[in-house]
Amino acid sequence: MAIERALEGVGGFLDDRFRGAKGFRTLFKKVFPDHWTFLLGEIALYCFIILLLTGTFLTFFFQPSMTGVIYHGSYTHLDGVRMSEAYASTLNISFDVRGGLLMRQIHHWAADLFMAAIFAHMLRIFFTGAYRKPREVNWLIGIVLLTLGMLEGLFGYSLPDDLLSGAGLRILEGVMQSIPIVGTYLAFFLFGGAFPGHLIIPRLYILHVLLVPGLILALITAHLFIMFHQKHTQMPGKGRTDQNVVGAPTYPYFMAKTGAFFFFTFGALSLASTFAQINPVWLYGPYTPVAMSAGSQPDFYMGMLEGALRVMVPWEWNVAGHTFSFNVFLPALVPLGVIFTGAALWPFIEQWITGDKREHHVNDRPRNAPTRTALGIAVITFYGVLWLEGANDVIAFNFNVPLYTTTRIAQVAMFAGPVIAYILTKRICLGLQRKDKHLLEHGVETGIIRQLPSGEFIEVTRPVSEEAHAVLASRTAPPSPPALDSADVNGIPAPGSRGALGKVRARLNTILTEGVEPPSSNGHPNGHGNGRAGHGDGQGEPAHATIQAGATQSGGSRETGGTDPSPADSGGTGNGAGHDGAGQ
Amino acid sequence: MSEINGHSELPGNDLPGDGPEEVPAGPRRVIGTPSPAAARTLLGAAEPDSDQPAPRELPSDPADMRRAKAAERIVAACFIIAMLAGIGFIAAYIGLEVHSVDAVLRSNLALGTTLSVAFLGLAFGATVWVRHLMPDVEITEARKPLASSAEDRAAFAETFAEGADASQFVKRPLLRRTLIAATLPLAIAPVVLLRDMGPLPGTSLRHTVWRKGLRLVEDVTNSPIRPSDPFPGSIMTVIPEGYQDDDDALAKAATILIKLDPGELQPPTVLNWTVEGIVAYSKICTHVGCPVSLYEQTTHHILCPCHQSTFNAPKGAEVIFGPAARPLPQLPITTNAEGYLVAISDFHEPVGPSFWERG
Amino acid sequence: MRWITARRRHPAAGYAVVLLTLVAIGMAYAAITGAGGSASASAPPVGQQQIAQGQEIFAKNCSSCHGLEAQGTPVAPSLIGVGAAAVDFQVSTGRMPAKVTGAENERKPPQLNPGQTHAVAAYIASLAGGPPIPSAAQVNPSGASVAVGQQLFIANCAQCHNFVGAGGALTYGKFAPALTQATPTQLYEAMLTGPEAMPVFDDATLTPQSKRDIIAYVTQTRSEANPGGFSLGRIGPVTEGLVAFLGLLFFMVLAAFWITAKHGKTEANE
Repeated sequence: MAIERALEGVGGFLDDRFRGAKGFRTLFKKVFPDHWTFLLGEIALYCFIILLLTGTFLTFFFQPSMTGVIYHGSYTHLDGVRMSEAYASTLNISFDVRGGLLMRQIHHWAADLFMAAIFAHMLRIFFTGAYRKPREVNWLIGIVLLTLGMLEGLFGYSLPDDLLSGAGLRILEGVMQSIPIVGTYLAFFLFGGAFPGHLIIPRLYILHVLLVPGLILALITAHLFIMFHQKHTQMPGKGRTDQNVVGAPTYPYFMAKTGAFFFFTFGALSLASTFAQINPVWLYGPYTPVAMSAGSQPDFYMGMLEGALRVMVPWEWNVAGHTFSFNVFLPALVPLGVIFTGAALWPFIEQWITGDKREHHVNDRPRNAPTRTALGIAVITFYGVLWLEGANDVIAFNFNVPLYTTTRIAQVAMFAGPVIAYILTKRICLGLQRKDKHLLEHGVETGIIRQLPSGEFIEVTRPVSEEAHAVLASRTAPPSPPALDSADVNGIPAPGSRGALGKVRARLNTILTEGVEPPSSNGHPNGHGNGRAGHGDGQGEPAHATIQAGATQSGGSRETGGTDPSPADSGGTGNGAGHDGAGQ
Repeated sequence: MSEINGHSELPGNDLPGDGPEEVPAGPRRVIGTPSPAAARTLLGAAEPDSDQPAPRELPSDPADMRRAKAAERIVAACFIIAMLAGIGFIAAYIGLEVHSVDAVLRSNLALGTTLSVAFLGLAFGATVWVRHLMPDVEITEARKPLASSAEDRAAFAETFAEGADASQFVKRPLLRRTLIAATLPLAIAPVVLLRDMGPLPGTSLRHTVWRKGLRLVEDVTNSPIRPSDPFPGSIMTVIPEGYQDDDDALAKAATILIKLDPGELQPPTVLNWTVEGIVAYSKICTHVGCPVSLYEQTTHHILCPCHQSTFNAPKGAEVIFGPAARPLPQLPITTNAEGYLVAISDFHEPVGPSFWERG
Repeated sequence: MRWITARRRHPAAGYAVVLLTLVAIGMAYAAITGAGGSASASAPPVGQQQIAQGQEIFAKNCSSCHGLEAQGTPVAPSLIGVGAAAVDFQVSTGRMPAKVTGAENERKPPQLNPGQTHAVAAYIASLAGGPPIPSAAQVNPSGASVAVGQQLFIANCAQCHNFVGAGGALTYGKFAPALTQATPTQLYEAMLTGPEAMPVFDDATLTPQSKRDIIAYVTQTRSEANPGGFSLGRIGPVTEGLVAFLGLLFFMVLAAFWITAKHGKTEANE
């Protein structure tokens, strides 16, 4: 057959030299779990590939030079205007190269989608706890990739040297200048002298096309390799444990799906580049340090920094001949610095607090980690308030809000918002946990009403399906670390909980592992919700089956699927009885 | 160790409250469920017949072959559309010219649409192919614990220790230390090489090109200005004469001229530096350096569009809102012999964003 | 009538009723708020007749806020010396007569026709002079340089009105409006007279030729096609970012839903 001939031909050639048969077979059979949230990282990956492709095209036409020229190209509105070669070549790409505008727009849309996808992917990893051991290093690589992506985008959209991005460079220079002790040196070294100089564009160019993409490529490769080696995480479900991966093999399933997704990505970007204009530099005009446009913003992924600059109070110290420009370097460095550092340290902080050193390969449902989820939403709220403030003049103009009012609102909301968001989110998570517990204990309402001989009406319930049961019961409570256990029989407190730090740790552990009691028949109060490492296979909890059977006994004619040996006696505990009203 | 699961719901969960089933008639199976009657072989299970062909791990065809046929037609149609769109892209590239805004609009529309259809056609086709033409499988693969076994770790430790021993690195501190000492300067060298990336700032941030007698000219038109030119309520951007092509100079020397009623000017505006109610302030915002110049005639406020720092023009451009911490420096101006506005001297303080050495 | 009642239980009957009601309301609204005083512009009377007519219109429409002698009151400024151009701008853009006082007056359908507007302008001009209404030749942008206009606009106008004149926010609820509807005359007059918070760009600050260059830039740019697709408002990265999240990312998530969907099987919770 054709396949076998091909395998012997090309395959044999390669295998004779590289011995790939076993390795490729393992690779082909590798199982990839399937969930739509697992494709978010792929969006970023494919955007990066598209950026490389379109970017290469652009490098064939772009001139990274700030030498002044007089424009005489096809965009007649700027005929005779003095501008840099960089800007002129960008106009040339847009108006005098076939497909040039399309490639420019795909490149810029891909950059925006790249960053949006990284955010979405990062949030998914955070909220499902996929950063836990053994994936902490990959999480750190991801944060570095996010930072590099932001820089890459900033450098990229500054290359055309237009009014909008040039203003951004001016702000960058002003921020650098404000850094104590080394600020002026850094600024002069980057720009090759005073702003704007004539070196910044060529320097940003080489950073943008060589150095940073190289770093990103290397880190993406490491990121993917680690993911391959450790195998992907999986969502909780029937038959899924920390010791297996359930899904479809790479060849041909995952390859086909990921290939389809690549085409979707490229197609979506092409569609956007056809019907949605982005970065129309010919309308901005060439950069001049003497002019500025209303409603100037950087690309969205830099918006939080812009908002931080706008929201800051005018705080500056002049001490002994030196100036501390708190009003500039604090908003530039602190909010984002705190978020990124906190994110980088979070897996280790969480490990320290909970003492959980196990490998985790099954994701958490966000509701099952209420504190973590609430913290994440609080950080998103903080980020979001500053991000919106970055567009405050556009918001003020379009929604008729007085300009200063937007800043005042942001100054309050950046602190009040996260607090409110934390409280709300935690309550919502705990509420969802209660709902899950209710479903597990009482089953699903079927809408069938039965009248009992006593005259009472009850609604018949049935147990949740096995698949649903596996998901609902998937809360993995971390075992209480011995170091934090309560005092031993002699009243001596555990080693890890001694001292100020130990007390803090114990307290944080209580907060972090807070959750609704998992469903149990004996109703043992268990303040930490731990001690049960159930993995959704229903085993080890005969009380579950009992309750389920009990809840449905009164329904009469009902099979229970033969998975659980349900005794006829309902063993009704208080919750079972109260629900079905059968009283027994 | 792998097993093949279907997607079957458990028999017995068929109360009316269930969701709709896919196959209404016949045995209640969802697409992809292996037929219970067929003897599926499991890889690894004890297989007594050694002359049987190797057991399949993946089913060869999807369960519903009729639907698969329909799906195949859909996929083929998608791919044909994609092919035509691809050809259309090439045709549009060859056939459509650019070189004007409207021509670029047409070209972009044509190239973009054909490219989008080509990619999306491939995407749709591939997705239908995977979902409806490939048989459903769910395979379980075992994970091995990631940590190496204790023996492996011990063996590695042993190899490492032996090698370290043989290399003398640990045993001979003189070698070790001199090696590190030898590489340290080389490690620092790349940083040192960056020194000439730019000049030292020196005192350059303290001065602009403004000096005594330098005429103020209007931006873009480069025409000099008489005191009678600005109208009350007007604002003008001015630059030093002769520097219109020098962006480095303009980035610090750009200035705004505001004409107010002389009676409106108050301290800390320096009245000696004004001419008939015309006051000159630096255009470079003291926050992070954006050009200011959003001027409200009614309130006499100068607003910077970047971060909304607001300066009060009649009162020395003091900050009244926003993150800027210092007022805009005032340029001392007067008239020269011919009656044109000229600078008396440079600004009396550094313009633009603050910096460490500013004082 | 029978035809209608026979179909009262038709599936589309409800929709038809709603549609008809909306049309009826719309027509009623148009009839009530229709352009009042939209009589065709008769040939403007010249000289004293025009001024007298203007004074009459002024007394009826403007004096309640601006005072009988246009001397100003606590709620409205004095119009003595503002000139015909200022009046023509404010009235022809509908900003005056102002219906509500707020941070700023917005453009709305003009209440006075061109003849009446010129008459009031002539009256105000007769009080104490001021910049006159520019002639058609003065505001004609043909022959002006769009490139120079671009540079002048960016230097003098963009910081309030945005780089193409899409508008921008000022303080305390004021704003610099979008320039999409302004006629060349109105653009000229606005520059010349500095309405409300806008600074004055008199003929020494911006020569008439410069003004024409700016008019050429504004009018040609706003009618220029967007070669890259829909313009997204021409306000820059804010709307672009929204499209990236709400359009692109959302589309990709939908694609991800589809690719990973299981056949006929709903997820965990039923």
